[in-house]
Amino acid sequence: MTTHYLVLSALLFAIGGVGVLVRRNAIVVFMCVELMLNACNLAFVTFARQNGNLDGQVIAFFVMIVAAAEVVIGLAIIVTIFRTRRSASVDDASLLKY
Amino acid sequence: MGESITFWVLAVVSVVAALGLVFSRRAVYSALMLGVVMLSLAVLYAVQDAPFLAAVQIIVYTGAVMMLFLFVLMLVGVDSSDSLVETIKGQRFWAIVAGLAFAALLAFGIGNAFVAAPKGLTAATQGGNVPSLAQLIFTRHVFAFEVTSALLITAALGAMVLAHRERTAPKATQRDLSRQRFVTFGRTGKNPAPLPGPGTYARHNAIDMPALLPDGGVSPLSVNRYIARHEAEEGTLPPEIARVLEQDDLERRSNGHSTPTLAEDARSGPDTEPLIEDEDDEAAPHDQPDEAVTAGRIAPRPRSEEDGK
Repeated sequence: MTTHYLVLSALLFAIGGVGVLVRRNAIVVFMCVELMLNACNLAFVTFARQNGNLDGQVIAFFVMIVAAAEVVIGLAIIVTIFRTRRSASVDDASLLKY
Repeated sequence: MGESITFWVLAVVSVVAALGLVFSRRAVYSALMLGVVMLSLAVLYAVQDAPFLAAVQIIVYTGAVMMLFLFVLMLVGVDSSDSLVETIKGQRFWAIVAGLAFAALLAFGIGNAFVAAPKGLTAATQGGNVPSLAQLIFTRHVFAFEVTSALLITAALGAMVLAHRERTAPKATQRDLSRQRFVTFGRTGKNPAPLPGPGTYARHNAIDMPALLPDGGVSPLSVNRYIARHEAEEGTLPPEIARVLEQDDLERRSNGHSTPTLAEDARSGPDTEPLIEDEDDEAAPHDQPDEAVTAGRIAPRPRSEEDGK
């Protein structure tokens, strides 16, 4: 059963990664990052049960806290960029390139 | 047996929802799909002896984080669709190839790392899941726990700083607005007063009557041109109003104005005027040069229909 959970976690992580690479809307990119974090959490919980060790669940808990903080800051940045540039597309915010 | 049924149902649901999250065109659908993935992962946690994490997943992710996402989506605009232009050539194709390769690598590499049956958490969670977790968090991981509190406070402060917008100009008072109206009047001739209200007759509801001028005639300002045109096509326009409108059009044409267009009618409505703008910006959208003369004359208003039927 562990294998199944790990494969599911890998699939979700890869789907999230493809979303980060493919999508242009900054909010959707952010959701895909959240999906990747969730997939990692699933792997942590699975490992915790496999090894009979609660540390995996503790780490998953910390990942959730960090993800919540990251979402707060990231969305605030997106709102700020949207306010000045009137766009939430990641292609438009390329000023640092030049 | 029950666990594998739960797993297969939720695995299919979550993978399909994740694909929907990536490939749906509208951002709101993506957010809802993400909610589905998070809920099914919460159930999977509960199945895997992690009831506390399942509850936290639902409360933090589907409760707080999803709400935040939806709020920002509404702020940024639900209609903000993706641009479909590829800025890097072939990026989409290679991204999908890389994703498949990465999934295969992870699945075949790490997925087969364990062949033994899981040990289970019964030995590790003697006093129940939550007390055991608490013991770990407040003893071995207590430093990380304290650091996360600093992180959360920093995040809250950062969000406040980032999302806060300082008002650069003072809020416009009624006095400012009135002054602005008269400045506009001086520059463009737009009528600073409110539009005339509809007239009143004893037998009729006021809203469908034209306003009357002091001499008893119909005020063309109070007649909605759209409705008047529609009624003129149907032949139900009262002749008196038709005459007044015709005269008004003649007058405006003699002032160098063409026949009123739909766009012009819509633009010169009382509500479309920018209230407080910089004075130079104010006249910018008025691209017709002769609007200065006639802008005060056109006004959409519910127009009357006297007992001409």
